Amino acid sequence: MDFVDYYKILEVTKGASDADIKKAYRKLARKYHPDLNPNDAAAKLKFQQVNEANEVLSDPDKRKKYDEFGKDWKYADEAKQYQEKASRNRPRDRRPDQGFSGDFSGGDFSDFFESMFGGQSSRRGTQVKFRGQDITAELQLTLKDVYTSQKHTLTVNGKNIRLTIPAGVENGQTIKIAGYGGEGVNGGPSGDLYISFSIENTTKFKRDGNNLHTEVEIDLYTALLGGEVTIDTFDGQAKLVVKPETPNGQKVKLKGKGFPVYKKDNEFGDLFVTWQIKIPSGLTENEKELFRQLQKLRANGK
Amino acid sequence: MENRQLIPVADFCDYYHIEFSFVRSLHDYGLLEFTTVKEVHYLRAEDLSELEKMVRLYYELDINLEGIDAIRHILQRMDKLQEELNSLKNRLDFYES
Repeated sequence: MDFVDYYKILEVTKGASDADIKKAYRKLARKYHPDLNPNDAAAKLKFQQVNEANEVLSDPDKRKKYDEFGKDWKYADEAKQYQEKASRNRPRDRRPDQGFSGDFSGGDFSDFFESMFGGQSSRRGTQVKFRGQDITAELQLTLKDVYTSQKHTLTVNGKNIRLTIPAGVENGQTIKIAGYGGEGVNGGPSGDLYISFSIENTTKFKRDGNNLHTEVEIDLYTALLGGEVTIDTFDGQAKLVVKPETPNGQKVKLKGKGFPVYKKDNEFGDLFVTWQIKIPSGLTENEKELFRQLQKLRANGK
Repeated sequence: MENRQLIPVADFCDYYHIEFSFVRSLHDYGLLEFTTVKEVHYLRAEDLSELEKMVRLYYELDINLEGIDAIRHILQRMDKLQEELNSLKNRLDFYES
């Protein structure tokens, strides 16, 4: 447990007046407030620190104790005696607008604070009812998982949540589940749960939105003379006709064989197949001779 | 017919200990919609989260209605940019993998 320099956090000097502290607190709280910094964990942490610093420095009793024992927090016994005394004198009728609702911090005070002041802020009980904090969670899935709609059971905040993840969800996409976030403050309603998806692709298919791309090797003779090949699609196989004189890198489109379109039943993107012509290796002398003959024919006739 | 959950504005104000005039001013400023049935104003449940955010901005951060409006625009723009960034990241992965 490290010493926490509350003056440094609020960017004020040790001799700062109450007004200076209030001003500094309001300025920093505006800067780091979670409503103004959505999905920013660093800002949230800073906001908690600022709240904690204000909790101590704006309360004359706490500030006095902090100034006296702050750096010597290991004197736990003395601190406890002081804490008991302070709790008897603790003001209980603060106006709601004197502090931030703290619903974002949810009691995340530092160990240092807990050790010195015994935990929760004295302000919490008297504040306005607020909705609980929104919770963000990440769910890791594979590309195969999101090819079909799947039911998952998640445990968030001790609650089991059963949800169906629609096919076609995108990597990085976030969905909201109302009412499954943190519990409300002072009896307020619960916040929402936001789940973002991290989708790993271990298949040979590349995804671009609803479309899939893949490369398929064909032999030189099929490319030159045409033929039929069976290729893998994402969920099966398909027979494709290779046109005679197909150049290397040519793409063909298989309509409706791509990825499911999010929240649109039976709608799929396309699959793009790029032909990669495989040049034969280990030619026999006979094969080489035949290729030489072909070369001569092409040289004469272009 | 769509079944919408409606919350009387007066109940919201009681619950959150805020003045009706503040919610009214959000409505008058175009930041919030009311559904009015028999002269009683209601809030839509889906607007609650946004309204609570505006309450916090106003009461906790001393931001006035003009500021709230500007912040909402910027946050909406941030959301849009975030979506765009995500889409571009996915496309970049496509070319890099």
